Amino acid sequence: MKSDPKAVLTGAHFLDGDHACSEGAIAAGCRFVAGYPITPSTEVVERIAERFPLIGGVFIQMEDEIASSIAIQGAVWAGKKAMTVTSGPGFSLMMEHIGLAAMTETPCVFVDVQRAGPSTGLPTQPAQGDMMQARWGSHGDYGIIAISPNSPQECFDLTIKAFNLSEQYRVPVLLMMDECVGHMTERVIIPPAEEIEIFPRRFYDGPKDEYLPFKPDEDLVPKIVKAGDGYRIHITGLTHDEKGYPVMTAAAQEKLIPRLVNKIKFNAEKIIEYKEDNIDDADVVIVSYGITSRVAIPAIEQARKEGIKVGHLRLIVVWPFPEKRITQLAGRVKSFVVPELNQGQIFYEVERNAYGKAPVYLVPHAGGTVHNPKDIYNTILKSLKGK
Amino acid sequence: MRTEIKIGGFGGQGVILSGYIIGRAASIYDNKYATMIQSFGPEARGSACSAQVIVDPNEIAYPYIVQPQILIVMSQEAYTKFSTELAPGGILITEEELVNPINLRKDVIHYSIPATRFAEELGKRLVVNIVMIGFMTAVTELIDPEAMQKAVIASVPKGTEDLNLKAFNKGYDYGLKLKKEKAS
Amino acid sequence: MDEQILEIEESIPVNPIESFLRTDRMPHIWCPGCGIGTTVNCFTRALETSGLDLNKVSVVSGIGCTGRVAGYLNLDSFHTTHGRPIPFATGLKLANPELKVVVYSGDGDLFAIGGNHFIHAARRNLDMTVICVNNSIYGMTGGQVAPTTPISATASTTPHGNFEQPFNLPYLADSCGAVYVARWTAFHVRHLTKSIKEALAKKGFSFIEILAPCPTLYSRRNKLGDGLDQMIYYKENSEIKHGADTKSVALDFQSKIIVGKFVDRDRPDYLTLMNEHYQKKFGDKYTPYKG
Repeated sequence: MKSDPKAVLTGAHFLDGDHACSEGAIAAGCRFVAGYPITPSTEVVERIAERFPLIGGVFIQMEDEIASSIAIQGAVWAGKKAMTVTSGPGFSLMMEHIGLAAMTETPCVFVDVQRAGPSTGLPTQPAQGDMMQARWGSHGDYGIIAISPNSPQECFDLTIKAFNLSEQYRVPVLLMMDECVGHMTERVIIPPAEEIEIFPRRFYDGPKDEYLPFKPDEDLVPKIVKAGDGYRIHITGLTHDEKGYPVMTAAAQEKLIPRLVNKIKFNAEKIIEYKEDNIDDADVVIVSYGITSRVAIPAIEQARKEGIKVGHLRLIVVWPFPEKRITQLAGRVKSFVVPELNQGQIFYEVERNAYGKAPVYLVPHAGGTVHNPKDIYNTILKSLKGK
Repeated sequence: MRTEIKIGGFGGQGVILSGYIIGRAASIYDNKYATMIQSFGPEARGSACSAQVIVDPNEIAYPYIVQPQILIVMSQEAYTKFSTELAPGGILITEEELVNPINLRKDVIHYSIPATRFAEELGKRLVVNIVMIGFMTAVTELIDPEAMQKAVIASVPKGTEDLNLKAFNKGYDYGLKLKKEKAS
Repeated sequence: MDEQILEIEESIPVNPIESFLRTDRMPHIWCPGCGIGTTVNCFTRALETSGLDLNKVSVVSGIGCTGRVAGYLNLDSFHTTHGRPIPFATGLKLANPELKVVVYSGDGDLFAIGGNHFIHAARRNLDMTVICVNNSIYGMTGGQVAPTTPISATASTTPHGNFEQPFNLPYLADSCGAVYVARWTAFHVRHLTKSIKEALAKKGFSFIEILAPCPTLYSRRNKLGDGLDQMIYYKENSEIKHGADTKSVALDFQSKIIVGKFVDRDRPDYLTLMNEHYQKKFGDKYTPYKG
């Protein structure tokens, strides 16, 4: 399926990451956005509000983030592609509805333009402190997909990817931007609509009376229908059977919840995306994501100039995490260095998957700005000395 | 080579738009890479505001400026705040009537232009920022002037293209003249 | 053999509202004497005569005893999170304006945790019908005080009696801009059915409060007898006053109950306003939004 040429702004633009995210959503076919103003994400919905009336979309500024994060789910069950956009404090308020979307297998996109927290923190300055919240933020067990762009171009490209993955796996997808990427303006190439691949909603097309809303296909993902089509569906956040009916038993829980986890876990190799540079001969591997993946480059270049073999593994999809790749590398590299704009989140994931075969060094940062590349460079040196 | 530009002034002078046009010219019309970062938050809504632009023939990794080679200031406050940041040998561009370059550093090249007066002569004080970037284009030779003109036209409100182009050329011509004088 | 089966089937009386229910989900969870089932009966009868295409009717509930209504109705039905059926319904309606969207939930869900959504949906005049079963208490969690519990009534979290001022729900809905506001009790089944039918036919934000007994947790704790005693109380103490000023219909503990249709006015709904506004703004460039 291809994007709608009437809505896509094909061409070269000089856009900030927030606006590029809006254009990505439009190109992906999103036509319902609900949001609540919060710095540094507001520009996303401002552009949506500007653009939507003339391309058949509806934007509504809801009364809070809780409302926004469930209004989009109503819209999805009425057949639209939908997204909400927020930053830390609003993201915290949305957690229950990430759980609802996971439980009801509602394809939708949540954008979090991360700012420094906790609480109100630094509203206009970057951080990457919501990465574990993205993975584990709602109560209970569920699989999730989170993506981390490092440029306005990627804010465009990966918003489309977020929608596509959400449709393919019927799961909420979290686009984990940060203030720096969101407020950074760079060239963004928007391709012609016919070059933009859109994953269509997995609508059921079998006999009506045989439809079971939560009967999975082979890849563990069930087919969807929408309200108004005569299926008389029942959708609930309660533990449910394949019919969608609540079943309050351990057996029903055992049937449903592992599937919600496994549909991401078993398809992880297809979902995972990362980019590697100079990995083959590397003694030290930097694992980074988002804006930090760019900040690390001067440190890597300096180290390589001095003959230190540093490789770079940049996570594009952060969740699911490339566990196997880290384990493989741990068997042959001397160390990992993980710079992130937090006090250690993805660091622990790298450490867990290194199984003690290679030490992992965190380059922490409280947020508010980005790392000084020197700190990353110094940690590279330190990691080789084994300190 | 990576060139870092910082633009400072007060609200209403079009500081952010100046940075935007420079970045757009470089990255869309001049085959270079550009990254712009603006200062946000209460400070951006009060009097002082600034924009940072990096222009590079190669892809830009680190997104913030470290030590600008070009500093454009349109207010005394911005001059005081930012002039020490300029790299030795860098280019300092000031608005002549708004900035008194006290304790001017000897290790920088200084150009100044009465941009506000030029803008007023053109009939709209608002175009002061466009006069400034026209001037910058001439004295720094960082970006192709045609690319800059295209970016100006694409970035200003519809119906004001001619006025803004005139403002750009006014600053650009004045810059060429000053540069010639300096060289001779 | 076939004939025999047919005979047996014919001899079983069919409940006239059975086709509206997910009979495979019976028995329901509601207690004996609970008023929620009665309201569902009225709702289905209103639907029956409404002329609506039932395939285009969606019911959205929150959490709580009334929150289970969605799950028993043989319609597209959504059992959402606590307090959030209205914003879910907002998305549903705006994404497909063809749908008739009904929010069916309890007083705690709609007016405590979900109160903010209620006032904003009414303000925006979103085209939906909100039915609130008010049993004066949190039933599902064991009888805690609600924003509708009358002063002096006892609840599990006000064991010494409630001293908080409760909401006057019709007044709240009226002041926020609802175009249709009515109150009935579980006793007034005919009035209620008629009222639901009217609300469903009304374009814009319509609201019906239904007082219903919670014999297990409210009546028992307050020594008000069983469900039947509550129905007798509703019968003897209700006064029908159509068009009553909503300011004057607040409820006190076991006081007189003013019921009736209080508000019925016209105001363009959200999508009508949106389409009119953008048509004015963009002229021919704008295609009226139809979903």
